[in-house]
Amino acid sequence: MTMTSLGEQIRARIPYQRRNAASLALLAFAMILTLSAFAEVGLARDGTIPSGLFVYGGGLVILAVVAYVVQLKFASYADPLLLPLAVALNGLGLAMIYRLDLDTSRDRKVAEMAGKHFLKDAADVPSQLMWTFVGIGLFVAAILLMRDTNRPDAPLSFTPKKAQRYTYIIGLTAIVLLLLPIVPGIGASINGARVWIHIGPFSVQPGEFAKLFLVVFFAGYLVNKRQAMSLIGKKVGPMSLPRARDLGPILVIWFFSLGVLFMQKDLGTALLYFGLFVSMLYIATQRVSWVVIGLGLLAVGVFVATQLPFMGHVNQRIDIWQNPTPYYDGGCLLDSGKVVPVNPNTDLFKAAKAAGSSFPGQSACIKLGGEYSDSAQLMKGMFALGEGGVLGTGLGQGQPWQTPLSFSDFIFDSMGEELGLTGLMALLLIYALIVQRGMKTAVAARDPFLKLFAGGVSFVVALQVFVIVGGVTKLIPLTGLTTPFLSQGGSSLMANWILIAILVRMSHDARKPAPQSIQDEGMTQIVSTR
Amino acid sequence: MSEFTLTLIKLAFLAVLWLFVIAAVGVIRADLFGSKAAARAAERAAAPRPQKPPRAPKAPRAPRGAAGGNAPTKLVVVQGERAGTVIDLTDVPVTIGRAHDATLVLTDDYASSRHARIYAQNGQWIVEDLGSTNGTYLGRTKVTRPMPIPPGVPVRIGKTVIELRK
Repeated sequence: MTMTSLGEQIRARIPYQRRNAASLALLAFAMILTLSAFAEVGLARDGTIPSGLFVYGGGLVILAVVAYVVQLKFASYADPLLLPLAVALNGLGLAMIYRLDLDTSRDRKVAEMAGKHFLKDAADVPSQLMWTFVGIGLFVAAILLMRDTNRPDAPLSFTPKKAQRYTYIIGLTAIVLLLLPIVPGIGASINGARVWIHIGPFSVQPGEFAKLFLVVFFAGYLVNKRQAMSLIGKKVGPMSLPRARDLGPILVIWFFSLGVLFMQKDLGTALLYFGLFVSMLYIATQRVSWVVIGLGLLAVGVFVATQLPFMGHVNQRIDIWQNPTPYYDGGCLLDSGKVVPVNPNTDLFKAAKAAGSSFPGQSACIKLGGEYSDSAQLMKGMFALGEGGVLGTGLGQGQPWQTPLSFSDFIFDSMGEELGLTGLMALLLIYALIVQRGMKTAVAARDPFLKLFAGGVSFVVALQVFVIVGGVTKLIPLTGLTTPFLSQGGSSLMANWILIAILVRMSHDARKPAPQSIQDEGMTQIVSTR
Repeated sequence: MSEFTLTLIKLAFLAVLWLFVIAAVGVIRADLFGSKAAARAAERAAAPRPQKPPRAPKAPRAPRGAAGGNAPTKLVVVQGERAGTVIDLTDVPVTIGRAHDATLVLTDDYASSRHARIYAQNGQWIVEDLGSTNGTYLGRTKVTRPMPIPPGVPVRIGKTVIELRK
């Protein structure tokens, strides 16, 4: 297939090299970046180097060195960029959470002393450092588990290629993981999103891990079906359309994504899963018609979702996205399409409060027969970006904690306030480089399954960054996804570190020299004949 | 801390952030700016180490250095399905065939899986047929034993025509 020979051509042009020195140098640079972020926070706030630099920055440095040593030992041909880029993002996230923690925990103390109710979620840098520890631990464990070994019967060895054998089991696991939060008893709803499960004292977001399982499933499935999906079909104009029966899988994923859209009222997650499948279908078949069909199905799905009467919530999300101002601190969408503000300054709010309601905005809205929603978070995020401008206020000098969830969903806006557009562009470039290295690994991979696996994993990162960054910058309707490596949260860090381990391992395979045959080494094979 | 110092610190941090991105791009410049940079990086990386000769009968060095400016540096596919493909000639022999591990993978119906090999010997590039079904031709002559490739003479494998160029 052309898919393989393109990789051969590219590999023929690039000599195989171990780039471990470059990787170490960049890693050192990433640590300097992290430490200087901590230093800037301390210098700006208190005029001294903060103690957090040694505790949190130092902790990350030790973890990164361990990760590097394991990569050097067990995946020495690995791509030199993946580990340093991930460490840089994780470190910048840690510095920003440290900075938000200083402010929110002070606010919390003041509020507690005054006996006031305070937002229960706050930035929590010790737990983020602990999850970084767990995440990098999982990176190390994954590299060890997937180590390059010649023995097929090596104990505890699971190369990415072996996942192909369990395509359908892994697909089933992905679906179970996605459904777990809906199961009563273990499923839990936090901040209005039912994407959590409780395991002992921890809350886990299984969806973060389900993405990786879905990529394996799609890759295993498409490797088998890609011949039929890419070759058979009618030619109409410049496009060749696939057979009707090959449309089955894309329709199944489409219905599934629409299910997510209807049940969870979540456009971003639906976009993530459907976009992942369509992009992997395109990688597998190199057929533009699949992308056109995918975009068409998506447009139809979203249109239907906004037209159905019981989908008022999706409508409202789109309305908030288009026109957030009346919803600030509470707005009420009436059936006529009119928005009535019910923020604390309105008479409606005051009347409901006088009537003794604990949520005056909501009850005022219910009385009007409309649907309540609040755009304050989105708008405060936009204010933060505006405050930051081109160069930002400087770390430790803005007020990013004003936005609710400024340390998780809205960390990109917090970064934007303190680093400005200049900093955000650099962050987006770091993500783009991770995705580019993943794609590069996919192009250079020898095996079609690993090619799709690497391509899919890269698209997961790209789509997730697009959905959340697009959401918090008001490019697309907002969805509560995590920003990879930056957001506070254990599940996201663990899943993303495993993702990087998989890419590192696959890039090691793709970049290491092909084994030479015995004839090429000038030796003669002895064949005994009778 | 004065306003001015804080502004300086802020700009310095943004500079460090961008330098990091630029350094990362610098590491992969080989991918972005083609094989010339990659080859130079490889030469530099290989230079301090004594080079192991890959196999006994072959000279370890490409003829590029020995023959001065006249020696070919790249292999160009002139005709056939792979037309336009360029492979840089290094010390490593170029294998041609339908097999996936060949340096130049042909989709030509007339090519065998391991069809031919082009390698450097004593400052010359030699083409050797690897027992193919339909044969390798140097100009109009069938290659029956390893033959040096004179400048400007095409090597034909099935529908594919290959030339060595400077």
